[in-house]
Formats: sequence, C-alpha cells, structure tokens
Amino acid sequence: MMPDVPEMPAWAALVTAALVLVGATFTLIGSFGLIRMRTFYQRLHAPSLGATLGTLTILSGSIVYFLVLQTRPVTYEVLIGLFITVTTPITFLLLAPATLYRDRFEGRDPLENIKLSRGDDE
Amino acid sequence: MSGTILAWSLLVAQVFLALAMVAATVRLVVGPRAQDRVLSLDAFYVNGMLLLLVFGIASGGRHYFEAALLIALLGFVATVSFAKFLMRGEVIE
Repeated sequence: MMPDVPEMPAWAALVTAALVLVGATFTLIGSFGLIRMRTFYQRLHAPSLGATLGTLTILSGSIVYFLVLQTRPVTYEVLIGLFITVTTPITFLLLAPATLYRDRFEGRDPLENIKLSRGDDE
Repeated sequence: MSGTILAWSLLVAQVFLALAMVAATVRLVVGPRAQDRVLSLDAFYVNGMLLLLVFGIASGGRHYFEAALLIALLGFVATVSFAKFLMRGEVIE
C-alpha cells in the first residue's frame, strides 16, 4: 500500500524523505542492538539510539513536512519531542539501579571486578 | 518524482520500524530476566510511537499524532512503575 503524497515543493519532499528514513534506520539499529548485546548493562545503551536520535529526526521530518504543507499545526511534534527528551533518561536512571540492586541481592555484583581509579581505599 | 521518492521512503521507514518492533519483541520473549523485559517493552513502545508518527505523515491527519503523544505519556508511566516494582517489590508504598 503506497501512501498518496499531496503536491509540495521538491526540496521539502526530499528533506522529509531523508529525515524519516534516517530516523527509522537509527531506530532499527538500536533495536537490533537490544538483541545482539550480551549483558543487560550493555543492552541498556542500545534502545536509547532510537529514543533520542531516531525520534528527533523523524519528528523534524514531520515538522518540515507539515510546515511546508500548512494543513495542521506542529504542536504535537514539539510536545512529543520535549516529552521523550525529558523522560528517556529518567526511565533508564530508574531501571539501572533497580537491576544493580537485584544483582547484588542475589550475590552477583557486576561492579566488583572493576578497579576504581581514585585510590584503593574503596 | 520527489513525491514518489517520499512515498517510497515512508513505506521503507514503516518496514524498518516494524522490524525494530519485531526485534524488541524477540528480546521481550527470550529476555532472561525481568529487567530485560522491561527494557524491551520500553523500546517497543518507543518504536510503536515512531511508527504512528510515520503513519501520521503518510496520512496527513491529526489523529495519529494524538495517539503517539498518548503512547509516549502512558509508556513512560508504565516503565517507571515497572522499575519501581523491580526495586522495591511494590509500586505504591
């Protein structure tokens, strides 16, 4: 099913196409990282590629498209961008200590073999 | 010509985002522990929100964007309460 695209300037269509395609590629790479990484702490980094870079490029493609087309205001894009930018770090900052707590509770400290660089009195 | 390029790249972007949702689902199913599943659920709803955004660009309407905003809001609340549950064993103390 091909989407039917209304008439618009060529540069706007090309910029929108490039931004949306690049954003979707970033998101796909980030989600494949979710499969390929081995430990949870490595996996935590992968989907943030889609949550930051992918979201921002797709949103800016949408902003360019609807600013040129002038059919609807772009308030939703701005709101979604602000909200995703604010909430993604909070999510991961809550999830990582919870995992660390669970690992330590089961006697497996993932940080015990990491040498601290500041002195050895830790 | 440029309209054809835009239509094809919207279609390819939808396929890419659907594949990203499949990847998140694979980790959701096989993920060895609960925190892996919470993380992949988070990635899953972000990918679904992006797919709705691309649908909204392709259709030109306003409703897909409202749904994307709702998914962003509710998914954040869901992931935060899951993380709280993993940390403390209950959500509201």
